[in-house]
Amino acid sequence: MSIEARLTHQFDGFALDVDLRAPDGVTAIMGPSGAGKTTVAKMIAGVMTPQSGRVQVGSEVLFDSAAGLQIRPHSRKIGYVFQEPRLLPHLSVRQNLLYGAWFAKRGSGGLAQIADMLGLARLLDRMPRGLSGGEAQRVALGRALLTEPRLLILDEPLAALDAARKDEILPYLARIRDQALCPILYISHSVSEVAQLADTLAVLDQGKLAALGPIAEVLADPMAAHGLGARSTGALLNGTVTSVATDGLAAVTVPAGTLHVALGDASVGDKVILRVESSDVLLSVTKPEGLSALNILPGRICRVTKGPSGSVTVQLEAAGDHVLAKLTQRSTDALNLAPGQQVYAIFKSVAVDSRIMG
Amino acid sequence: MIEISPEAWQAIALSAKVSCVATVLSLPLAILTGFALARWRFIGREVLNGIVHLPLILPPVVTGYVLLLAFGRQGPIGGFLYQTFGVTLAFNWTGAALAAAIMAFPLMARAIRLAVEAVDPKLEEAAMTLGASPLWVFGTVTLPLILPGILAGAVLGFAKAIGEFGATITFVSNIPGQTQTLPSAIYTFLQIPGGENDALVLVLIAVAIAMTALLISEWLARYVAKRISSA
Repeated sequence: MSIEARLTHQFDGFALDVDLRAPDGVTAIMGPSGAGKTTVAKMIAGVMTPQSGRVQVGSEVLFDSAAGLQIRPHSRKIGYVFQEPRLLPHLSVRQNLLYGAWFAKRGSGGLAQIADMLGLARLLDRMPRGLSGGEAQRVALGRALLTEPRLLILDEPLAALDAARKDEILPYLARIRDQALCPILYISHSVSEVAQLADTLAVLDQGKLAALGPIAEVLADPMAAHGLGARSTGALLNGTVTSVATDGLAAVTVPAGTLHVALGDASVGDKVILRVESSDVLLSVTKPEGLSALNILPGRICRVTKGPSGSVTVQLEAAGDHVLAKLTQRSTDALNLAPGQQVYAIFKSVAVDSRIMG
Repeated sequence: MIEISPEAWQAIALSAKVSCVATVLSLPLAILTGFALARWRFIGREVLNGIVHLPLILPPVVTGYVLLLAFGRQGPIGGFLYQTFGVTLAFNWTGAALAAAIMAFPLMARAIRLAVEAVDPKLEEAAMTLGASPLWVFGTVTLPLILPGILAGAVLGFAKAIGEFGATITFVSNIPGQTQTLPSAIYTFLQIPGGENDALVLVLIAVAIAMTALLISEWLARYVAKRISSA
């Protein structure tokens, strides 16, 4: 495991008790506001101290209350990018970028490479106050990377930006991921962002870990639904574009069949991630005909889970992928849905989150 | 051409020396106090705040008398200093510097405290995650950001030190060439027949010093603010 964090802390009216184990790559932490996401991140970075627990990143133990060990935050070598850029206003972009590198005794060696990777070369001699939100956040990202951290924590780095700025930064995050510079802990509210970037997903709810595992599994786990919110759960299907029709619809082959989705500028051979929200899935016990919906996949029911207020979440397995469907209790009863049964999932809409390649 | 008498020159030189020494020596302590009052939560914080501001509120004569009691040769601190180091503050220019420093201190500490309170602790937290120890965070983030406040405090303190009269004359008296500062000299010249001319010269010089100090501080503050202006 690349990150191991066991953290317990009793706050006023809120108890944090988390045992997070995450492999290399990008681990996303999701959950409702106040679930303790930022608290976990700050405790790993050492900016906050838990009452008891243990934090290990790679082979390095950073905190162990039982052994009385506590590495101070400035010695932990954990890069932290906050929601707001927090650039030092009295230093130029170049000086901001090199600020942490100086403490890490790195010199300015990696500056050109990082500046190039993040598109900052033109900005080096500017002062922070003249930068746009997206530019400033990229500088914050570069500043953290230049310390050559053993772990990079991104605490909702896109939350304060508008959609266009988000799209501007996401490819850079993907680049950092693909160059495997260091493991990343990515805190976010957005399933779409997480689907594009993360390998592992941890769901926090009221200070407890509600789910943890490979992202496609967790998103299709009915038990994680509470922490994520119903609109976030569903299916993540990895597919390949096999043809693009003249009307713009692309055929994407997933393990269970072929789906037709509107892809902006896809070409044959592209790998994409298709996300289907559980409330956008209908179920049929017979092979449907004469329907306007284009996207139908056969599957077998694994689990039927009763949710609050008469809703039912049905989990299907479709050639190895998991798909969630949110139905009413009445329709579940009418169709006599039970585990093991063969059904057809009809997708009313498919969101496309192409996993961006750096 | 207005003629400046040797006594007037002496008073000007002494005032400049006293005020510079008072400002330079009390500035580090004022930075520490301003920072502590703005950031640290400790027992006795309100008491410290009160003591720091006391010279601002008390009649200067009272402050001067308290200094005389404490730092006179018979006083607890003054006696110790005399017996151990052979240093005498009372009726000496060093005593004038002490009185000026104490009177100027609240203005400096207050300006610096306000500047520290304006610094976003989030920036310091970010610096910490980038590898800066608390001391480095203070030196590379907090200190540059509060520099305008420190400069403003220093200039204000210097101006207060130049003008200090009540505590100085009570503590170190008014000895020409030794403890006769610019305000004491003006007071003395006004007491003797025919001294109005000298007094007027000193008044004009006092005005010139004050104006220059103000312009310098404004210019410095604007220069620094331009470099720093918070995002």
